[in-house]
Amino acid sequence: MIRGKTARIILLICFVALLATPLVLKRLAKNREVAVADPSGALARYGFYLQEVAQASKVNFKHQAPTLDHRLDHIMPQVASMGAAVSVADFNRDGWPDLYVTNSGEGSRNSLFKNNQDGSFTDVAAEVGIADLNQYGTGVSMGSVWGDYDNDGYEDLFVYKWGKPELFHNDAGQKFSRVTDKAGLPAWVNANTAVWFDYDRDGRLDLFLGGYYAEDVDLWHLKNTKMMPESFEYAQNGGRKYLFRNLGDGSFEEVSQKVGIDTRRWALAATIADLRGTGNQDLFIANDYGISELYFNDGKHFREAGKQTGVGFSPKSGMNASIGDILNQGRYAIYVSNISEENILLQGNNLWVPRDGTSGDTLEYDNLARAMDVEVGGWSFGAQFGDLNNDGTLDLYLVNGYVSLDRNQNYWYDFSKIAGGNSTIISDAANWPAMDGRSLSGYQQKKVWLNDGAGKFVNVAQAVGVSDVFDGRAVALVDLWNRGVLDVVVANQKGPLLIYKNDVAPENKWISFDLEGAQSNRSAIGAEVRLFWDGHQQVQQVSGGSGFCSQNQRRLHFGLGKNPQIEKAEIRWPSGHMQTIQQPVAGQVYKIKESA
Amino acid sequence: MSQTAVEPVAAPTAPAWRKFSLSNRYVPPLFITTILVVGHFAYGILESYERTALAIVCALAAEVVLGRIFFGKWINLASAYISGISVGILLRSPAFWPYALCSVISIMSKYVLRVKGRHLWNPSNFGICVLLFLAPETVAALTIQWGNFIWPLLVIWVLGSIIIWRAKRIHISVTYVLSFLAFAFLRSWITGDPWRSEISPITGPMYQLFVFFMITDPKTTVKSIKWQCIVVFIVAFVEMLLRLNHVVYAPLYALFLVGPTAMLIEIWLESRSAKAA
Repeated sequence: MIRGKTARIILLICFVALLATPLVLKRLAKNREVAVADPSGALARYGFYLQEVAQASKVNFKHQAPTLDHRLDHIMPQVASMGAAVSVADFNRDGWPDLYVTNSGEGSRNSLFKNNQDGSFTDVAAEVGIADLNQYGTGVSMGSVWGDYDNDGYEDLFVYKWGKPELFHNDAGQKFSRVTDKAGLPAWVNANTAVWFDYDRDGRLDLFLGGYYAEDVDLWHLKNTKMMPESFEYAQNGGRKYLFRNLGDGSFEEVSQKVGIDTRRWALAATIADLRGTGNQDLFIANDYGISELYFNDGKHFREAGKQTGVGFSPKSGMNASIGDILNQGRYAIYVSNISEENILLQGNNLWVPRDGTSGDTLEYDNLARAMDVEVGGWSFGAQFGDLNNDGTLDLYLVNGYVSLDRNQNYWYDFSKIAGGNSTIISDAANWPAMDGRSLSGYQQKKVWLNDGAGKFVNVAQAVGVSDVFDGRAVALVDLWNRGVLDVVVANQKGPLLIYKNDVAPENKWISFDLEGAQSNRSAIGAEVRLFWDGHQQVQQVSGGSGFCSQNQRRLHFGLGKNPQIEKAEIRWPSGHMQTIQQPVAGQVYKIKESA
Repeated sequence: MSQTAVEPVAAPTAPAWRKFSLSNRYVPPLFITTILVVGHFAYGILESYERTALAIVCALAAEVVLGRIFFGKWINLASAYISGISVGILLRSPAFWPYALCSVISIMSKYVLRVKGRHLWNPSNFGICVLLFLAPETVAALTIQWGNFIWPLLVIWVLGSIIIWRAKRIHISVTYVLSFLAFAFLRSWITGDPWRSEISPITGPMYQLFVFFMITDPKTTVKSIKWQCIVVFIVAFVEMLLRLNHVVYAPLYALFLVGPTAMLIEIWLESRSAKAA
């Protein structure tokens, strides 16, 4: 037993030391931050540099937000805070990727930027008939996904809206025909996510559509103001979900309830992947105001397995769902973005990595976002995995920022006040304090997390040229100029479309696969390529939509590092067919058609 | 620390509930544990079991070690358990270390920050406020969670009220709640914000812990019932001032400021009376 003055002094010293601990840790963390570098320095150190070239590429697009019912005026900036979206497709099959970008102001026009193959783009949306989608009374666009639903070789376009969803048939890359009515799509859905995939493996693309606000809410003509979520973390009063089964004659049958997808959580992002190795595409939904959902697909029915797998337990504010084989283990991790605001709300983003020893129906996930340093990304929205420096590991590009208004005043106090309240309070927009021009997690720095291949990511955004602070929403990765690199396209809410051209160190090699289904859907959505090289393996799959309101290029791009020796590429088609390419050569795009 | 400066056993350990019978002493820990377990299994309130467990274990360990060193006794751990579990619920951080650090600082504050044998701050209130001040980029406090629906809320309020009534401290909670509501309407009148938005915070879970476990802590409140009510009214008033300045954690900071000030004044008055006698 120690008593007296000495003990008190020792205790006091220990106490002061503990109080100083956070300051010391903060200092150490600051020392680890990556300094701003010049292009050549970034190229030498990180293997790539991103330069924003939208204007130089003749892309002058600025997103407009909608103006909703006047009863929402006091909180309009946060309600009308989505709609900037980008999706990639080679709509005219000229071998060069094009960009479709949504707008959301009433009467505003969407754009289809046709790749001129010379570094520039031309907006041809009006010319081909897919510009004027935001007319008064029809709602406004929220995003789009491309998929060849009739297997004619041309990518068709589905546009989801807060309003009337629209399907356009691609007429041989020359025009688009509106086929919404024939398809049998609903009259009104307040949707923020959609994914093409062939859930029943019949060779035809089906369509998942996720509602955000309930479908009986017309945000321009509210019946009442009780349209907000009933809870910040447990809301189940959002929009319903739809699964449209492709009948093969241009029409679709809505089968969501029949196959077991029956949820009214507030979906903001969905993606698909064969997570269990069954050959069927499982469906992952990131929900705002609640838990994520993971639906295991047995080909005919879906079974919700969020709690069982661990991804659907802690409620957060899911705004992104993207997948990637980040550890080169041949298994997909899932990245879900949430909200982190210093000193107020630290949900942290989730990186769900398959737990060792679990697979198939016993699959479980661990959230390794913190361990791998991809947890705190501000008010995060869209994110995509892709090998930005061709070093053989998948990096992660994340955009963020919610409402950027007055830099010196923020709405967080009022937001936290109402968000913690009872459902009768939070669910009524009339109870929300006015924003009065204040920002809410605005002007945030983006994250470009470089994968070191050893289980850690480091943010190099500033160093590699990403310094914009717009309110980022959608990110798409695409080799815009067929150079063997992944460029980055970012759609910003009430901001410009940004195109980051990627310069990659030439010693890092790459290989790409452009797949076309035969028995499988012709877009090859759901097809997997498993590449083996230098003792590594990496799996990627063709996606019908991922991230937040975005879709990457269909072409699968693999970075390989220096002097790679490629053993083989195994292709597994949605039909179940396997194809193997022995010793493919680096630096080439392999155009593969599904064998009979 | 001298023997005369620190009361053994009762001082830092189970002081909060020393007036209870043995069974009553364990009612609050049982209640808060029930809230935690039910809340987690019903609503998944915890980011991870590990962080809450870490907070509890660190609080218990700190109490055992410090109690043994300074008092030479094995100290009752009910109070430390409440501190640890409060930290585990109220503190939000993606990292592990803040939970351990906050718990240890909370318990240690009882041994370091003492005047005339009495500690001044509610331990978890002190620890959480310190972390919010010093590590804002790493920690936040609970502002949302568990359901936001009316029935679980009512059950917790009713059960909590019964327990606090049995502990003969219901007057503190009632005074605070009434003061908060009155000031909420005043704030609404001043700011023009909807009154429902002003009462909204008290319908959230942070206030359940605050009202039942922090402001009622007997060891860090003044002695007379009248002054307990006055002090908690002042806590609500300071909270209103902080809220008018858009301070998110206004109740925690208000208690942090007002509680020890009231204690110091009482200690000073007692000391003066003793000298006069």
